[in-house]
Amino acid sequence: MSFKVAAAPHGHSQKKTNQVMAWVVFALIPGVLIQSYFFGWGVWFQILIAISVAYLAESICVWARERSARQALRDNTALVTAVLLAISIPPLAPWWIIVIGTLFSIVVVKQVYGGMGQNIFNPAMAGYVLLLISFPVQMTHWLPAAPIAPYDLGVWQTLHTIIFEYTPAGYDVEQLRTTVDGISMATPLDGVKTALDQGQILSEAYQLPMMGALAGIGWQWLNLGFLLGGAILLQQRVIRWHIPVGFLAGLLIPSLLAHVFAPSIMPGPIFHALSGATMLGAFFIATDPVSAATSDRGRLLFGLLIGLLIWVIRTWGGYPDAVAFAVLLANLCVPIIDRYTRPTVYGHHSGAKHDAE
Amino acid sequence: MQDIKQFVESGQIARFPGGIHPPERKQPASEQPLRRIPYANELILPLRQHIGVSGQCTVREGDHVLKGQPLTDAVLHQGLPLHAPTSGTVKAIEQRPMSHASGLPEQAIVISPDGHDQWRERQPLPDYQQRDKAELLDIIQAAGVAGLGGAGFPTSQKLAQQKPVSYLIINGVECEPYICADDRLMREHARDIVLGMRILAYITGADKTLLAIEDNKPEAIASMHQAISEYSDIELRVVPTKYPSGGEKQLIQLLTGHEVPSKQLPIEMGVIMQNVGTAFAVKEAVIDDKPLIERVVTLTGECIEHPGNVWAPLGTPVDALLDFAGFKPEQQQRVIMGGPMMGFTLPITAVPVIKTTNCILVPSTEELPPPGDEMACIRCGACAEVCPASLQPQQLQWLAKAKDYPALEDNNLFDCIECGACAFVCPSEIPLVHYYRQAKSQIRNQAREQAKAELAKQRFEARQARLEREKEERLERHRKAAEARKQMQQQKAQDAPEQESNNDGKSSAVAAAIARAKAKKAAQEGGSAGSEASDEATTQPRPAQDKSAAVAAAIARAKKKKQARDQEDKQ
Repeated sequence: MSFKVAAAPHGHSQKKTNQVMAWVVFALIPGVLIQSYFFGWGVWFQILIAISVAYLAESICVWARERSARQALRDNTALVTAVLLAISIPPLAPWWIIVIGTLFSIVVVKQVYGGMGQNIFNPAMAGYVLLLISFPVQMTHWLPAAPIAPYDLGVWQTLHTIIFEYTPAGYDVEQLRTTVDGISMATPLDGVKTALDQGQILSEAYQLPMMGALAGIGWQWLNLGFLLGGAILLQQRVIRWHIPVGFLAGLLIPSLLAHVFAPSIMPGPIFHALSGATMLGAFFIATDPVSAATSDRGRLLFGLLIGLLIWVIRTWGGYPDAVAFAVLLANLCVPIIDRYTRPTVYGHHSGAKHDAE
Repeated sequence: MQDIKQFVESGQIARFPGGIHPPERKQPASEQPLRRIPYANELILPLRQHIGVSGQCTVREGDHVLKGQPLTDAVLHQGLPLHAPTSGTVKAIEQRPMSHASGLPEQAIVISPDGHDQWRERQPLPDYQQRDKAELLDIIQAAGVAGLGGAGFPTSQKLAQQKPVSYLIINGVECEPYICADDRLMREHARDIVLGMRILAYITGADKTLLAIEDNKPEAIASMHQAISEYSDIELRVVPTKYPSGGEKQLIQLLTGHEVPSKQLPIEMGVIMQNVGTAFAVKEAVIDDKPLIERVVTLTGECIEHPGNVWAPLGTPVDALLDFAGFKPEQQQRVIMGGPMMGFTLPITAVPVIKTTNCILVPSTEELPPPGDEMACIRCGACAEVCPASLQPQQLQWLAKAKDYPALEDNNLFDCIECGACAFVCPSEIPLVHYYRQAKSQIRNQAREQAKAELAKQRFEARQARLEREKEERLERHRKAAEARKQMQQQKAQDAPEQESNNDGKSSAVAAAIARAKAKKAAQEGGSAGSEASDEATTQPRPAQDKSAAVAAAIARAKKKKQARDQEDKQ
């Protein structure tokens, strides 16, 4: 009788890669529910389109590379990319926006570089940046959150708008963003930035209609939802604390210092923490292991760099939010971060002593 | 050194980075008393049992051997002799499949036991302290004692280091899941182990002996605690359960708070480590004059009916052990020699227990699921988190796949102890250790090839230099010969008028001789040009020849060869 040959170790612990990815999607649910509550049904259609396109594109690419498409789809990485991109774009963006973005993320950013595990850049964020630069109008048309939105769109009206770029009643997205008194509603980040640029002080900017108790109406809850999802990921050990902590420290410490020294013109840490894509970025995007640094110290540094870049770009840059830019810039720095943050290997310490327990 | 002393004396236990907590599953095997198994029909003793050179066979087919009789002679000090586990006949000396993942055959001595279990003459040595250390080392060497905890390094060699030893560490950690051979030995033979520890301490001259046991073995701890109570210089250190606490480097870090510097041996820090099983074997070798002919083997896994530990004579085929324990194989059964973390699967079970075999594990698919498909690395870093050597396993894996050997060495591949913690936690189920082993052997092969090429190059260059030197010497000889002839001619020319006047008849002969010499000289010039161009293969070192005739002959030969070669070239 001959027996089965296998390599050591025999047995295995820890979630498998496809389960890790599935957990990421699962942990997004609180945030997506909140997004859907405040910003309408659009996010579900965007997710649906993104997943379909991502799976199709992934299958074709993997087939063209003569590998098993079934295995590639089973690892759930395309699913994560698709969902992240879909929830990052305005829920009423026309269908071709998400199609182009997803195609670019999957085909160019991921598969062209060699598929799963090989991409230098975060696929969802590279796709987002492509869209933001190419279609700035569609990509900044966020509707005001539900409590202050002038219109309440049903499922059919939402779908109609995504497909035809106007509601069955004939309103386009720009009109949908405009209040009865003719002011088009910006996102909180955009609104506060514009107000400050126009010479208003912070307390005036915080009086804008889209501002809530902590940060923007809707947006503050959206961020808390993603924070909850992040807590789930940490608890499940799907991600580790280094990147989120570095990310938030890099964003919040400078904003706190700036706010202390210039309280009238520099938004404080709470505003930054609960605006835009902060929590989504800290727990779901920057933590993409493939395009992040690898060692613990490296990850802390990687997170810090992203947080700091977000604060710099939000404060002085031309764009209201900066998570995608910051992540891509930090992706570029990963090789050098990895090079200089390698832990000292056993036996290479000079007279190293270890703490007693 | 002072730091280490301070740390050890404080009695602290340090910690090491990484490590994992796989299910221990030491029960039920650990709860069964040690059993003896009947001798198998044949005992297969591979000449090579462990690291080092195999010994030379001292018996022939058909010889009758007694229990404990040496079968091989360790020619070099690196090797160890092998002994007959029982009395019987040498049935064959032939190629048999090895206890190795490959199952490839190697030379082995096969013994059929005669059932009498008759000992050779023995000389027990109850009072070992009357002998000096060198004698005891010889006894341990002659008894074939190898490290029973790991790779089976010859114990006498490890002990023979001429360096001061502050601490002798006795490793009873046994951190790998399932395996409980040392656990059982400590529970049942504590006093013998302690005697072995005393002998080891005597040989090494260690100031203190530290006995380390993981805290998941309370019975072993209790039993050893009692056995060492009368010795003030033995201290028991209970270490927290974590894999791989029993690794030599990790245990030293736990007990001394210091790392063994890379590419150095623990002895450089004044520390030497031996396994509890080895201590037991040393006691038997020295005091009872019983060579290493059996060892404790754990038989465990859900596909075995009666799990437990047995005294297995070396050479016992694995299938005999499995039959004894009631083996119920399932589909796609894995038979693992060693534990689940570092053990290897056996393709066939007709392979023997050797000195390093501590466990035979036959798991069911449910208890140890076979690996799934290898997925791509997502650089999640779970491996780096558990690496006890603080390596970056994911980086090593990329480099190993890219065959970037210099970068692998730069990333300290050779500090990997192959504990398997990284692969155990890898979510993509990448057989990481497998990649590292492959890369390590590739690098070693390359280094060997390079050394060979370097040697060949040196030889070639030495030969070139020799040929060049010989050519120079030859030319020098020719030049001197030519000068000598010139002088002779001149002298003759001076002498000639006198001779002419003396003898007219002679002068014509002299003239003819001069003409001949001139012709030769002309020929020689041509010839030396020819020999200059001659291939080194045609020139051989020759004794110095001054005689012009010989020179002429040599020139003629050279010319001929040159012509022949020219013709060849033309052809």
